[in-house]
Amino acid sequence: MDPRLAVIDRRLEDIARIIAVSGGKGGVGKSVTASVMALLLSKLGYRTGLLDLDFCGPSVHTILGAKPTLPEEDRGVVPPEVHGIRFMSIVHYAGENPSPIRGVDISNATIELLAITRWGSLDFLVVDMPPGIGDATLDAVRLMKKAEFLLVTTGSKVSLAVVRRLLSMLVELKVRIIGTLENMRMKDLPSAREEMEALGVPFLGEIEFDRGLEGSIGDVEKLLRTRFAEGLEKVLGKVLSSA
Amino acid sequence: MHELALAEGIVATALKEAERAGLKVTEICVRMGELQQIDEELFKSVLRDIIKVEDERVREAEVVFLKEEAVLRCRVCGHEWTFGESMGNLSEEDVELIHFVPEMAHIYIGCPECGSPDFEITKGRGIWIEYIKGERWTPGSP
Repeated sequence: MDPRLAVIDRRLEDIARIIAVSGGKGGVGKSVTASVMALLLSKLGYRTGLLDLDFCGPSVHTILGAKPTLPEEDRGVVPPEVHGIRFMSIVHYAGENPSPIRGVDISNATIELLAITRWGSLDFLVVDMPPGIGDATLDAVRLMKKAEFLLVTTGSKVSLAVVRRLLSMLVELKVRIIGTLENMRMKDLPSAREEMEALGVPFLGEIEFDRGLEGSIGDVEKLLRTRFAEGLEKVLGKVLSSA
Repeated sequence: MHELALAEGIVATALKEAERAGLKVTEICVRMGELQQIDEELFKSVLRDIIKVEDERVREAEVVFLKEEAVLRCRVCGHEWTFGESMGNLSEEDVELIHFVPEMAHIYIGCPECGSPDFEITKGRGIWIEYIKGERWTPGSP
């Protein structure tokens, strides 16, 4: 028997809401969405945690301009605080080294982090999910029973096809879905709104492609002044009222 | 102390099993895999301490400890070796990082034959409950 599984619920019991930012496809802006959402929630006064579950390509620390820091030990490990957010990531242990792990090892590392991390009392835990709809998504659903999913897509047919598949799987698993968000919206291309609304989950809004976003990566003050953050703030209103 | 978090998992699992099966736990057998480099004495002492103050269905349980050597098998060339053979190449810091998340071994260890970090941890990853023994229990019974 794996003794870690029985303790994960205890670790998460003082967290009011867990928001898993997913989407299936890589490169649609899941990590930026998760990071900026956590910053906005913290700015609004909510006690916020941020968990980067992308073990093979962790990027939240780069977006936040945070250096990997070995978490302190206190009856487990305590996530270091970054810009007012309790931040946990595999980079605290892997540094900037590549993590060549797969399958059962990814599951084991996920279970380990969830079993030993003491988040304390939080209003929100935002989880940056890796691309793909396999192991990590199934583990998130299995291990974080109160996780609600926010799905990010672009208007691209390729991204929409993947998000449809993910959505269908989450519905089958009876997971709560907050809604979908179209990122990198191009004014001259068709909106994903109609297609997403047809899937029967709330469409949370569109965020226009923001050329200024790249120049603000690593600088949270700049990030919060981007048009992307402005767009996400509107979406956040719907997330907060969806409880 | 990270060991406490793992010890809590053992007690929580034992209690869950006791509740599920209507038992009072008499013995818990814990296997300690070498890769996680648990501080054995500290872990044993912490586990025994928290058991004493747990629910009455668990608090009198004896704990039996087993140690398991960590064995790794390369997925590329099939070579099998022990973690002990790789220990000499690791710094104290590497070992500490593996202690927290044993899968970090893939970063700091390569196959001694072909150098690949793509290997399986076939035995001895970390803490595991081998078995839980109990006797029938009704609330209020000694």
